[in-house]
Amino acid sequence: MKIKNNAITLDDLDWEILRALQDNSRQTYTEIGHRLNVAHSTVYDRVKKMEKHGIVKKYTAIIDPEKIGMRYITAIITIFTDPKESKNIARKLSESKEVFEVFTSLSEELLIIAKVVAEDHDKLHSFIAQSVAPLLGVLRIRTSIITRKHKEEGFLIGSPLE
Amino acid sequence: MSSLTSRFLRKLAREEAFYFFTSIGNYTGEIAASLEEFVKKIGEVNTRSLEFHLYRRDFEEWLSKTLGDERLAEEIKNMRRLRLTGDTLRSKLYGIVSKRYDELKRGFQP
Repeated sequence: MKIKNNAITLDDLDWEILRALQDNSRQTYTEIGHRLNVAHSTVYDRVKKMEKHGIVKKYTAIIDPEKIGMRYITAIITIFTDPKESKNIARKLSESKEVFEVFTSLSEELLIIAKVVAEDHDKLHSFIAQSVAPLLGVLRIRTSIITRKHKEEGFLIGSPLE
Repeated sequence: MSSLTSRFLRKLAREEAFYFFTSIGNYTGEIAASLEEFVKKIGEVNTRSLEFHLYRRDFEEWLSKTLGDERLAEEIKNMRRLRLTGDTLRSKLYGIVSKRYDELKRGFQP
């Protein structure tokens, strides 16, 4: 990994380590080292550097809520905003435990799009009515409740965007 | 004007206002922060919004718990039992709420 003028450049080994971690982040440095034919200390150094610079943001567990009996609904809410208040609205949404993702988009109007999770329809509506609609600068809200999930992935090394 | 009348006619803070939705999570952008504004909005918003809130009992709850006007909340509760929809609903609801607003403005004892 090289850093020049605050720009980070990864070499081939860094990319391979990232691929290995995305495949299974619970592998030991030794296992990754064996797979890539390098010493575990090299893997350790590279991973620590990438963690330090925020390239690897965190290691987490992907839980299937239905398997543990959790019932919930997910909705995508599109909030039409006054541009002057948009940043503030996005910040407040980001602080809510019901909100998992927040995006800003500019089409014909300035929009904030957020992924919200709630236990049921009533709780979803209460959250939007009591915590989102009253925010200064919210002009109107469209909500789509998700009925089926077909794919959900984070950014994967080796994707067409690479 | 009695203190109770003043209370029912007061202007509410933004977070206490009534927010008009047409269905779960679909906010129209219309809000009423006083009884005066509530009357006006009943005459203006989409009738789907009136149906949505009436049959969820949102009007009764807001009038009773936030504005504090139990009598008006009770009148709307009774109206709900008529199962009205569309413009008939708007007309009846507007009649009940505007009558109450006019009474309070004229200084009627609540």
